[in-house]
Amino acid sequence: MLGEGILKGMAETAKNFAGSFVSKERLTTVEYPEERIAPAENARVFPFLVYDTENWEAGLRCVACQICEKECPPKCIYIDKSKDKKPDYVGKQQFYPTRFDIDISVCMSCQICVEVCPFEAIKMDTQFELATDDRFGGLLLDREQLAKSNEYYHEIHPTEASEVDARLAEEKAKVVAKAKAAEVAATKAAADAATKTAAPASPTQAKPEGGQD
Amino acid sequence: MIDKADQIFVLLQHWLVSFLPLALQQPAAVLLGVIGIVCVFPAIFALTTVFERKGLGRIQNRLGPNRVGPFGFMQPIADAIKSLTKEDVVPSTANGPVHFLAPVGLVVAVFMGFAVLPVGRNMVLVDMDAGLLFFFAMGASTEVSVFMAGWSSRNKYSLLGAMRAVAQMISYEVVLLLSSVAVVMITGSLSLTKIVEAQNQYTGIFPHWYIFTPWGLAGFVMYAIAATAETNRSPFDLPEGESELVAGYHTEYSGFKFALFFLGEYLAMLSISGLGTTLFLGGWSAPLSFLTFMPSWFWFFSKLMMSIFVFIWMRGTLPRLRQDQLMNFAWKFVLPFTLLDLFVTALWRFMGEGLLRWIVCSAILLAAYIIMGRVAMVRKHFGPRSYRYAE
Amino acid sequence: MTVVFYLIAAITVAGGLAAVLLKNLVHCALAVTIAFGGIALLFLSLDAQFAGFVQILVYIGAVAILIVFAILLTRGSDVPKDGVFSPTWLTGVAIASAVFAVMGWAIINSVNAIPQLAAVPHVTVHDIGVALVGSYVLPLEIVALLLTAATVGAVIVAMHEKGGAE
Repeated sequence: MLGEGILKGMAETAKNFAGSFVSKERLTTVEYPEERIAPAENARVFPFLVYDTENWEAGLRCVACQICEKECPPKCIYIDKSKDKKPDYVGKQQFYPTRFDIDISVCMSCQICVEVCPFEAIKMDTQFELATDDRFGGLLLDREQLAKSNEYYHEIHPTEASEVDARLAEEKAKVVAKAKAAEVAATKAAADAATKTAAPASPTQAKPEGGQD
Repeated sequence: MIDKADQIFVLLQHWLVSFLPLALQQPAAVLLGVIGIVCVFPAIFALTTVFERKGLGRIQNRLGPNRVGPFGFMQPIADAIKSLTKEDVVPSTANGPVHFLAPVGLVVAVFMGFAVLPVGRNMVLVDMDAGLLFFFAMGASTEVSVFMAGWSSRNKYSLLGAMRAVAQMISYEVVLLLSSVAVVMITGSLSLTKIVEAQNQYTGIFPHWYIFTPWGLAGFVMYAIAATAETNRSPFDLPEGESELVAGYHTEYSGFKFALFFLGEYLAMLSISGLGTTLFLGGWSAPLSFLTFMPSWFWFFSKLMMSIFVFIWMRGTLPRLRQDQLMNFAWKFVLPFTLLDLFVTALWRFMGEGLLRWIVCSAILLAAYIIMGRVAMVRKHFGPRSYRYAE
Repeated sequence: MTVVFYLIAAITVAGGLAAVLLKNLVHCALAVTIAFGGIALLFLSLDAQFAGFVQILVYIGAVAILIVFAILLTRGSDVPKDGVFSPTWLTGVAIASAVFAVMGWAIINSVNAIPQLAAVPHVTVHDIGVALVGSYVLPLEIVALLLTAATVGAVIVAMHEKGGAE
């Protein structure tokens, strides 16, 4: 009671006061909006669509399978499927979305659309400064606003993006290997067929060829 | 040259007054002094609010306000504009005239207290024989306006806050008065100018400030505690604690009336610090004998700002005291210790010069502090629960 | 009799009248506070600094608070609707006038009894202090005893409530 507690407390606050001028750990204020803290690696705000190459329309990974539209709990995704197809990252022909709208005033950032997407096409963005005075149109993001490049994905979620890239590259390698194996098998089968048919068929083959001259 | 810097305000006053005919010179001099007080102390109040917010921020590991002006020092101007343009909301069941007069009474009483503070050499507005008594009389008048504010709002919480504030102020008023009586005993006069002049002597390079004596140190500590409680300042700010009573007795005040309460509270803090400086810290006298070349008003205001800084420091450090803890502390520890301090002062006075009185007085005060700290502040022992039913 | 005296007297009398004529009890208490302030100003105008400031300190700072506490703790703020005149007010006025007449006669006679000095002696606080512990030490000690008794009584009354409940 003799007052030493008070004096110790006052010494501590004096240390805080003096230290706040010199060391960063005693003054942890970040003066927003001049300074910003970088968001954490696994921060998530609203979804965005990933595209691979320079052209966002051609490289869009989304194939309009509409799984995310069905799984979204508040139903904030609206997808229109295309009539024609375009090749995806392994060369297979896929549909693509002609309209992909997300209403971010409804989206609750649950990440279910990311979890169910089989094509690694939709991922979570970290941008939160999306306030606008247009309550309806300004908060409805369309395909062009949602499409962001793979490089951007690497910037905001480096480890995740590397993992996704590794997986996609693996898939592609498998597909390429299969195609190559198929090609090799096909050429081998063709060569076999050619040698089988070539031997007994050569006299028959020469006559029509000669007859046609 | 040094004298001129020291007396610059007095010379300015004389020069301005010399333009008037002789009959009007005395009232004009007083009027100039009043204008000086009304301009200087609210300016210090504005500075204090910024220092408080920035100081508290730094103590709490954050920046204070830093958007308005360089490092936020124009914040009081923004606050003034805000409080002037806010709507003046008066509850419909409130007592009109009393509700209006409460902040007025507070500010008037507090401003009157500045009239007797010796701000520098020859720089007192009114040099009264009973200056100290006048100051305390004005301090006592603030209690009535606090009560008026709380009662007229027709709000249970305001009334509770006002009652608590008044009870606290009365309890600590006794301590305030008794700790200053020790100073008066040694000086032999109630006049504040004489008290400062008595402290303006030096042995070697050390001044004769009363805080450097054992009874003076004890008295100063008690005075500081009582001053913190008188002005409802943390850790004694239960009457205006935001988490307990919304804002206590000034809940129902908005806009400029609230600004007047704020002004009144901070000015009371400034004037009580000024009195403490005058009584114990030597008023306008310099701390070391070779520093007397600096103007006297500079020393007074530096000591005042140091006291304000200590107030802010305490606010940032200590948690709030509960009402019963507060009152216990006042009546069971601070008051007996102050009475003992009076006795020790008398002992000091009549023991004659020398080392003996230093040792005896320090020993008595230290022993009493330790004993009373351990014995007098007995905690309530909680027995089995007893109930009181309303009749 | 100067203008200042009449002004102060007007304030005091107005405060006193308001204290008995106003309906709301707390308003009456505040009017009494104004009357106290007026008396303090009268003391100051007679150059009795100590008396004036002690009047403010004690009466306005403590007695007025005591009165309002007493009002709030006993009656609350219920305002009687039909005014505060009791049926026997005429008797009250008669008694008050009688007391006032006796006091006025005593004061006027005492003014004639005191010899008019050429100059009013300037009483300093020092003189008051010397008188208090010199010739008036017995009243001082009796007042101190009275205050102690009051404090002890207050503590006993407050303690008895808690003790009685337990």
